[in-house]
Amino acid sequence: MTSAIAVTGLRKSFGDKVVLDGIDLDVREGTTFALLGPNGAGKTTAVRILSTLIGGDGGQATVAGHDLVREPDAVRAAIGVTGQFSAVDNLLTGEENLVLMADLHRVGRAEGRRRVAELLGRFDLTEAAGKPASTYSGGMRRRLDLAMTLVGDPRVIFLDEPTTGLDPRSRRTMWDIIRDLVRGGVTIFLTTQYLEEADELADRIAVLDNGKLVAEGTADELKRSIPGGHVRLRFADTARLDAAARAFADASRDDEALTLQVPGNGGVLALRALLDRLEQAGIEVDDLSVHTPDLDDVFFALTAKGVAR
Amino acid sequence: MTDATIMLRRNVKHTLRNPGAVIMTIAMPVLLLLLFVGVFAGALNVGGGDYIDYLVPGILLMTVGYGSTATALAVNRDMTEGIINRFRTMAISRASVLTGHVVGSTVRTLVGCVLVVGVALLMGFRPTGDAVRWLGVVGLLALLTLALTWLGVAVGLLAKTAEGANPFILVVQVLPFLSSAFASPETMSTPVRWFAAHEPFTPITDTLRGLLLGTDVDDSLVAVAWCVGLALAGYLWARVLFRRDPS
Repeated sequence: MTSAIAVTGLRKSFGDKVVLDGIDLDVREGTTFALLGPNGAGKTTAVRILSTLIGGDGGQATVAGHDLVREPDAVRAAIGVTGQFSAVDNLLTGEENLVLMADLHRVGRAEGRRRVAELLGRFDLTEAAGKPASTYSGGMRRRLDLAMTLVGDPRVIFLDEPTTGLDPRSRRTMWDIIRDLVRGGVTIFLTTQYLEEADELADRIAVLDNGKLVAEGTADELKRSIPGGHVRLRFADTARLDAAARAFADASRDDEALTLQVPGNGGVLALRALLDRLEQAGIEVDDLSVHTPDLDDVFFALTAKGVAR
Repeated sequence: MTDATIMLRRNVKHTLRNPGAVIMTIAMPVLLLLLFVGVFAGALNVGGGDYIDYLVPGILLMTVGYGSTATALAVNRDMTEGIINRFRTMAISRASVLTGHVVGSTVRTLVGCVLVVGVALLMGFRPTGDAVRWLGVVGLLALLTLALTWLGVAVGLLAKTAEGANPFILVVQVLPFLSSAFASPETMSTPVRWFAAHEPFTPITDTLRGLLLGTDVDDSLVAVAWCVGLALAGYLWARVLFRRDPS
């Protein structure tokens, strides 16, 4: 697989403030990549640079195989951007907005009409197609915005906080749309401050804090990388619980539920060692469950320093 | 179809969708026309002839001015509403969105001028210029519109909010009063007279007046030079502003 987005040493400062302090990224084609971070971490700046909106101060980047600085127009031809703030023309109707995009992409009159009708239907905007975009609700605007991005069939799509400010239903709809796009072979570069969103959508996640990447990996890798995970053992009676509690001195017990929580990362090796010890001690276990920390734990653990500063 | 044509069509749609803004840019000059002819005509001595004949070139100047302020506001709305960032990340001609504004605005303003002249004719305006001179009027007005529109575009790009365009609106609305547009500079106080003699709107008004009334057009070269200079300055300024990284 080739890289849809490859970034090395990307830097950007506004005045004295360093916003991106040497970022390396590699996003494989046809995958979803989430850039996660608190407000002001530099997520939007990264998207603005990678989508050719502003220039970086240092480092190199290629998007869809084209160098950002040397071939900006080739990059622009391959990407679509839906930003945090809606980029629709409020004076035009939803349909006119889409037709404007079709015209600018030179898709041809018949093909343009077909694509516009298809997108209006797919994004549930057919009914509102003839109304000015200024009358749309937040969710409808966001859908129109993304529909406009899709008119040109982009291979790489940047979504800057695509669901910020949306109600839960609109958020679900947006997620479904994004999953559909990935199935169609598109690469998604997503920024979000919602861990659930990254967990739901992303193949790989990078955590950005104060202009630096503090972690990168799959959601599971990130969850395993920090403490907070444990294995929960449930026993049939108090005698077995007592025996197990003696075997695992660092575990915490719950007499009422007859459970024992053994700290651990829940990896295969750790789990095998745990089961071996139980077997050696001759303790029978009723039930076992592995609890990995959720992304919230990861987020707070990794960006806590930033908050304290 | 070029990108600029597509943007021009977008601009025309905006105009048709939002007729209030256009009506305002025509209503204000017409209101001034009524006000000056009805209220001040008797008090103002412009040296012979009907006051309305003296006044119409100034009113046309105001029409162009109002048109350019509408452009500044429209460009500013584009820049602050996020749609511009979409255009900037598409593989289209970067300047097309500005070109669309400028061409659309110029046409809109010239249509406004025609309507204002129509109203003036109904009120007793009697121009005496021949066809060649009328062509000159159209040419000079088009040049002036281009100049003020490019300046308006630059101001729209510069202003962080719509309120930021206010100083420009004030300047294009006040400068005609400090020129030969409404009253003869000879009747003004010495500092104002000096200012009137050196600001662009005096030679432009005088040239328009000469063309419309069939009198002399000695200042025409100065008027054209001012228009070309302002257009060039506005265009270059707008270009620099548009090439900056958006904030």
